[in-house]
Amino acid sequence: MSEPKPPFELAGRALDSRLILGTGGFRNLSVLAEAAAASGARVATVALRRVDPSARGSIADVLREGGLELLPNTAGCYTARDAVATARLAREALESDWVKLEVIGDDRTLLPDASELLEAAATLVGEGFAVLPYTNDDPVLARRLEDVGCAAVMPLGSPIGSGMGICNPYNIRLIVEQASVPVILDAGVGTASDAALAMELGCDAVLLASAVSRAEDPPAMARAMRLAIESGRLAFEAGRIPRRLYGEPSTPSEGVPELHSRP
Amino acid sequence: MKLSLNGEPRELDDGATVSAAVEAAGAEPAAGGIAVAIDGEVVPRSQWGQTPLREGQQVEVLQAVQGG
Repeated sequence: MSEPKPPFELAGRALDSRLILGTGGFRNLSVLAEAAAASGARVATVALRRVDPSARGSIADVLREGGLELLPNTAGCYTARDAVATARLAREALESDWVKLEVIGDDRTLLPDASELLEAAATLVGEGFAVLPYTNDDPVLARRLEDVGCAAVMPLGSPIGSGMGICNPYNIRLIVEQASVPVILDAGVGTASDAALAMELGCDAVLLASAVSRAEDPPAMARAMRLAIESGRLAFEAGRIPRRLYGEPSTPSEGVPELHSRP
Repeated sequence: MKLSLNGEPRELDDGATVSAAVEAAGAEPAAGGIAVAIDGEVVPRSQWGQTPLREGQQVEVLQAVQGG
C-alpha cells in the first residue's frame, strides 16, 4: 500500500468525501437524509426560494444534523445580475461565503450562459465569495473562470438531469490537465459508471443530484455512487495501463514446453 | 401600507419593519437560514428590526430549499 493521500480540499475546506450531493428531486427530507448518509457526502447543495409557510421540516437542519455543510446555489438565474443578487442573499441566509454559481442560458437544455457566468463569477470573486461555477465542458471557458479567481471549475458531463453521462470525456480531460483549481464534474451523471469515469479522467470530485434523488432506491444509488467515486479515484491514482490495439500476453512466452513430438 | 411580499400584494401597518414582513411571510424571524431582499437588495439580519418598510416595495423573504 502507498502512503495515505491528503484529503480533498475545496475552498479551504478539507473534505473526506469526493461526492457532493445535490438535494433537488428527493421525495421528502427523510429519503434525502438516508441517501445523504449512504453517500458519505460532506457537502450538499441547496437553493434559495420564497418561504413556504406550509413546508414541513427544514432542509438546513436535516443536512446539518447529518454532518453536511450547505453549499447554496444560484439555480434558476438567467442573468449575471440575478445570480449575483441570489449569491448575496444566500451568504446572508446561510452565513457562508461559498456559492455554486449557476447561470442558465437556455431553459430546454439548461446549458450555462458563458458570458453571464464569467461576469457573475468575476463580480462575486471581487466580493470575497469562493465561487464554484457550473460551466460548459469548454476548456477555454474553464481557464477564463480560473483566471478571474474561481475556487474550482465544475464542467458538465451532459445537461442537468439528462442522465447522459460524460458526452465529451476528451474535453473533461483537457480541463483537468490545465486546471490548477479542483475540477468537479457537475451534471449529467446517470449511474455509477459515469461517476467512476469522471474520477478516472482525473476529476477531483463529482456533484450529482438526480441520479440519486430520482433513482428507484435513492439510498442504494447513493451508496453505489460513493463506491464508484472511491474506486474511480483509486484507479486514477493507481495509473491505468495504456490502451493497445493488439493483445499483450500477461503470461511469459519463454519456457513453454514442447508436449508433442515434431512431425 | 401596500407592498408586494413574496410576489403577493399585502397590506402591512404603517411603520412596520422588515421583521414584521418576515413574520407576515410565515417565517420565524429568530430562526436561522432566512434572507430578505427589498427591491433586489439584501437587508442584513442585524438591520431587520430598524429598517422600516415603504409603500410599493417588493419584499422577498427567502429560505434554503432542496435544489441543485
